[in-house]
Amino acid sequence: MSTALQTPEVAETPNYLNSEYGWKSWLFTKDHKRIAVLYIISITVMFFIGGIFASLIRIELLTPQGDLVNSDTYNKFFTMHGIVMVFFFLIPSIPATLGNFFLPMQIGAKDLAFPRINLLSWYIYIAGAIFALSAIVLGGVDTGWTFYTPFSSTYSNTFVITAAVGVFIAGFSSILTGLNFIVTVHKMRAPGMTWGRLPLFVWANYATSLIQVLGTPVVAITLALVGLERAFHIGIFDPAIGGDPILFQHMFWFYSHPAVYIMILPGMGVISELVTCFSRKSIFGYSFIAASSLGIAIIGFLVWGHHMFVTGMSMYASLYFSLLTMLVAVPSAIKVFNWTATMFRGSISYDTPMLYAFGFIGLFTIGGLTGLFLATLGVDVHVTDTYFVVAHFHYVMVGGMVLAYLGGMHFWWPKITGRMYPEGWAKFACLLVFAGFNLTFFPQFITGYLGQPRRYHAYAPEFQVLNVMSTAGASVLGLGYVIPLIYFLWSMKYGPKAGNNPWNAKGLEWQTTSPPPTFNFEQTPIVTEDAYAYGSESAPEEAHHHD
Amino acid sequence: MQVPLFPEAASSIARQVDYLYAYLSVVTIVMTGLIFAVVFFFAIKYRRKSPNETPRQIHGSLVLEITWSIIPFIVMLSFFWWGAEIFFANASPPSNAMDVYVVGKQWMWKIQYPEGTREINELHVPIGRPVKLTLASEDVIHSFFIPAFRIKHDVVPGRYDTMWFTATKPGRYHIFCAEYCGTEHSGMIGWVTVMNDSDYENWVASGGTEGSMAQQGERLFEQYGCSTCHQTEQQGRGPNLRGLYGSRVQLSDGRTVLADDSFIRESILNPNAKVTAGYRPDVMPTFQGQVSEEQLLQMIVYIKSLANPGAPASTGGRQ
Repeated sequence: MSTALQTPEVAETPNYLNSEYGWKSWLFTKDHKRIAVLYIISITVMFFIGGIFASLIRIELLTPQGDLVNSDTYNKFFTMHGIVMVFFFLIPSIPATLGNFFLPMQIGAKDLAFPRINLLSWYIYIAGAIFALSAIVLGGVDTGWTFYTPFSSTYSNTFVITAAVGVFIAGFSSILTGLNFIVTVHKMRAPGMTWGRLPLFVWANYATSLIQVLGTPVVAITLALVGLERAFHIGIFDPAIGGDPILFQHMFWFYSHPAVYIMILPGMGVISELVTCFSRKSIFGYSFIAASSLGIAIIGFLVWGHHMFVTGMSMYASLYFSLLTMLVAVPSAIKVFNWTATMFRGSISYDTPMLYAFGFIGLFTIGGLTGLFLATLGVDVHVTDTYFVVAHFHYVMVGGMVLAYLGGMHFWWPKITGRMYPEGWAKFACLLVFAGFNLTFFPQFITGYLGQPRRYHAYAPEFQVLNVMSTAGASVLGLGYVIPLIYFLWSMKYGPKAGNNPWNAKGLEWQTTSPPPTFNFEQTPIVTEDAYAYGSESAPEEAHHHD
Repeated sequence: MQVPLFPEAASSIARQVDYLYAYLSVVTIVMTGLIFAVVFFFAIKYRRKSPNETPRQIHGSLVLEITWSIIPFIVMLSFFWWGAEIFFANASPPSNAMDVYVVGKQWMWKIQYPEGTREINELHVPIGRPVKLTLASEDVIHSFFIPAFRIKHDVVPGRYDTMWFTATKPGRYHIFCAEYCGTEHSGMIGWVTVMNDSDYENWVASGGTEGSMAQQGERLFEQYGCSTCHQTEQQGRGPNLRGLYGSRVQLSDGRTVLADDSFIRESILNPNAKVTAGYRPDVMPTFQGQVSEEQLLQMIVYIKSLANPGAPASTGGRQ
């Protein structure tokens, strides 16, 4: 998705892409839209690197014997798949790209509150990514993305510190983006853009930002402590030198469970935009969806212990974490019901973004409900650390977040580039992603309950049939990811012009030209109606100068 | 090519867990099916028929919001309640459980029985009798997982954990390490063999030439010179350990603690952490790094055997 291919056209209206040319105009830009594009390129690279590791994992698991690579190499594969995907794709994915691009536009602002900090956060992300990638190039890391102690702090002989430094640094990028979003939403809203009129994508990113700002420092501290223990033998987590290995898990999950919501909340925001636009309906239960984002952000901080039911944690603590985890599922359920209800008596089109939204609703429902198996104490003891967990979180992270990201990319692509992608190919790829995804991950619920532990290089032969299904599914899924990469690149040069509002969508971002001018709007828009006012008669295509 | 949905059920709780799992699965399938069905139904029934349709707008319904918040939460509470019930019922072993000691080490399971038999990656248990495993790790965190029993517990270095089960069906079942522990994590596997009572008795009788765990522990007690200070028949420089296990110990800082496995372990490895009232600190050296986890367990079993004044488990003890 390189914008270097963007060809200037003489007659094109001035926009953020043709306002300046040359690499300096990109690397020193303060325009949130260009920074978003930089992020799109970066996380796409990271996504495909993480995807290569996933493919290697799935090829190894075709047979029960560990015969493709040796155990150490396999352990590095799943570790680097996890680190790259979680910290360098999923966490920045929607906020840093679509959020960066559209959050200011949706509230009628010219840019984020701190454009320079926005650029800085991209450079910090790149610095973190360079560390993580050097850890890979130097020889890899084998701790798992969770860096559990004392394995990571004392026993592993791999590039743990390099990778941890990468994650540590990337954390600051996340914190700064969160800070920027919070200030922007508070201070930069256009006249009339009250809190009650904020698009739900903005609410979702706002809730995400709160978690980023409050949670990320904790994982940074935790990884710094692992580094200190590893480098200087300061006894924090290793019991042989006076530490407590379980303390690490409490600190790690205190961030990393809320981080799960960093990864999914923005996706939920995208789905609210898609379902309304392609149903031509006002969102059902606006305030419930907005409040549920905040509810998830808050309760999400209180449930980390559900990762630790078999560590020997107090039974009463387990009881508390189990109950609160049930509670955090309620706001997610509210969202699913409201999206479904929004479609009721709508005018529903089957454009590609909506197909992704359908997929999201179904797969997220499965991901969410299987999370309840893991919150249920008696069942968790059996299924934790098995493929059941792997299946569950991929249903949320891939079935949920990646589908939302792809849906959002298709939805906003005409705005970002001014061009349409090929609809037929897009539908075909969406189908491949949906089918490939389910074939990959559904069998893993079954192998998990049968007892196949995760992170196994070689496994018991009776699990083979289901593993072959997973690997077959993964090849379909991989194809489903490569096709959009190709047609998105193609569309930048050859795609038909999109016009300003190809979907007849509401939302301020659709009321300016495509691609948008550098400062987004000719005049600061004045907002007079609620978000998703699809019943109002203003013909959106003509409404470049809203009111 | 038949793929089962449930692993073998060979412990007293296995079916309970399966029923709960089946209940959760049914709710999940019904809910997902319902959502899919409604989405598809709406998508078809309300498909866009002309490009300029403007549907009548609906903004929400408080009644519906409350309904679909409360009903799912009640269903979730039933998950919570049932899950907690199983978890609590199986949290602590019954008092008549037989002891087996498990040490996890990169990348093997070392199993010891009080009778003295030792095995690697093999666990033999009788049918129908509760078995309590005391879990220790030599190095990193492992997790002892027997899918056929539906139980799993992390094995954390620096402390003891326990888990228990009652096997209900003879056979051989997988033992897996479920917590990633380094290179050969996927090779840290073994088998549990569930035997009839008589087979088990024969098996126990056939193994172990080194004496019982308590006897092995007693030899270590001599070898490390513990008995110089901790005399069992008279008062030495250190506390007399006869009758210690399971009693409450008054510490020099005023606290009282229960003399259990963890207390004895800590007192061997870090003697100054909890000093018994009336004794000076800094007298006993630490044995950290000198005694393996297996040896520690043997010494604990020996000290435990001293708890019953009438019935020393060991013969030929110090006179």
